[in-house]
Amino acid sequence: MIDVIDLKKHFGEFQALKGITTTIHEGEKVAVIGPSGSGKSTFLRCLNCLEDPTSGDIVFDGVNIADFKVDINIHRRKMGMVFQQFNLFNNKTVIENIMMAPLYIKKQELRSLKLKNFFIKITNIFTKNKKNLYEIDKAKSQIVEEVRENALRLLKRIGLEDKADVYPSTLSGGQKQRIAIVRALAMNPKVILFDEPTSALDPEMVGEVLDLIKQLADEGMTLVIVTHEMGFAREVATRVIFMDEGMIVEENTPEEIFTNPQNPRTKAFLSKVL
Amino acid sequence: MGSFERKIAKFWEIFIEYDGYKRVLTGLQNTLYIAIVGLAIGIVIGTIIAIIEVIPKYKKLPRVLNGICKFYVALFRGSPVVVQLLVFYYVVFPLLGLNIPAVNVCVLVFGLNSAAYVSEIMRGGIMSVDSGQMEAARAVGLSYGVSMLKVIVPQAVKNILPTLGNEFIALIKETSVVSFVGAADLYVAFNYIGTNSYEFMVPYLVMALIYIVLVAIIAFLVKIMERSLRKSDRRN
Ligand SMILES: Nc1ncnc2c1ncn2[C@@H]1O[C@H](COP(=O)(O)OP(=O)(O)OP(=O)(O)O)[C@@H](O)[C@H]1O
Ligand SMILES: [Mg+2]
Repeated sequence: MIDVIDLKKHFGEFQALKGITTTIHEGEKVAVIGPSGSGKSTFLRCLNCLEDPTSGDIVFDGVNIADFKVDINIHRRKMGMVFQQFNLFNNKTVIENIMMAPLYIKKQELRSLKLKNFFIKITNIFTKNKKNLYEIDKAKSQIVEEVRENALRLLKRIGLEDKADVYPSTLSGGQKQRIAIVRALAMNPKVILFDEPTSALDPEMVGEVLDLIKQLADEGMTLVIVTHEMGFAREVATRVIFMDEGMIVEENTPEEIFTNPQNPRTKAFLSKVL
Repeated sequence: MGSFERKIAKFWEIFIEYDGYKRVLTGLQNTLYIAIVGLAIGIVIGTIIAIIEVIPKYKKLPRVLNGICKFYVALFRGSPVVVQLLVFYYVVFPLLGLNIPAVNVCVLVFGLNSAAYVSEIMRGGIMSVDSGQMEAARAVGLSYGVSMLKVIVPQAVKNILPTLGNEFIALIKETSVVSFVGAADLYVAFNYIGTNSYEFMVPYLVMALIYIVLVAIIAFLVKIMERSLRKSDRRN
């Protein structure tokens, strides 16, 4: 689903990614591990072009989204992202956080259909063979209602429907992160990218977030997770990528990586963290 | 002290019987009108300038626009507002062949002038919003502009509301120069009273009091606003 081909990223003189080639297949759960500064976050952020790759291709569903000419916004909608610092919109309530992007996009579609119809109507006045109008099956209020229902369903799923109308500042870290995850889900993404989703959490809240991610994994969602939780990577991942100094040093099933690492750098890293 | 009482009596006579109070009210109205609408214009233009200034500058267009904004800000911050007022009233509009009432010229000039200041305030406000907010908005597929308007600017405005309140106070005080182009503000009203009563002590004293009270009221409102913002602002 995502083909990464010779991806390189420079920050000025510094080369954070030195040529990464890998493929994320549909349904895969990929854990990315490695020492601090090895380029894990940079790699993940290049996948949805939050960082512009310096060179190389990111082919998502057949489209090279690393190309400056593609409208990245359209493709990002199919790639959810969850951050270490949650990044819920502080000026929006919980439900507004979840509804905002889907609602904006659907309203936008409605607006552009109406605009097209308007022009068709005008040209129809002057031409003989009349063009058909686009069908508009939903009114704006109906769209709002649908998006709201979906958001409430997602909130119910994580047991936070009573928090729908509060602002993020009143929530615990675990609650914020679970809401950030369903905010990504609300776009019906094909893949979700996680950058250390539990690293900013108090220990007692790590479990609830990992449980939710595990549920998504079990439902068949494609996931890429940068994580320091080795136990979780081992349990949930179908593949583990070990990165060091901007390169993929080793990738394999969790079994192989954790019990039988091949590269000395992988061995050294694992002996430190396990 | 008898002479001071006479002065007050004289002032009162002009103020009430010769319709001085009507002029004062008109002056007060103009002062507030110029300051309020001016600030509104300043906020709109200032926000646009601030957004242009923080746009990443990879492409040519943002760089060109940024240059224009820099020039604009330098122009309006680099000269006294009285000079701008005179230039617009006696040079720019006549050259354009436009005949616009003095008060409206004042609104426009104070708007353009405060835009230069508001843009700096707003830019600070935008930069004070955590960069993760923009990233999260972009990550759900919203464009840079939509992310800016729906997520970043509202938070920036909240952060700078008290500073904007102070800008409003500054604007009210600065409007005291609009009589240079013949707009009827408080100074014009009290000057009228003074001229007709041949005595300027009491009129200018009252004018000073009105300005002080006006500013005090607004400062008080800003304080209340600040406090209620701090209470609702429970983020870490
Ligand atoms: N915006 C940036 N500007 C300059 N250098 C950067 C930038 N972002 C990352 N880097 C550098 O790139 C390298 C890789 O960073 P990255 O954040 O990808 O590491 P990481 O593997 O995610 O580390 P950690 O486990 O600490 O999160 C680091 O040396 C970092 O200093
Ligand atoms: Mg990182």
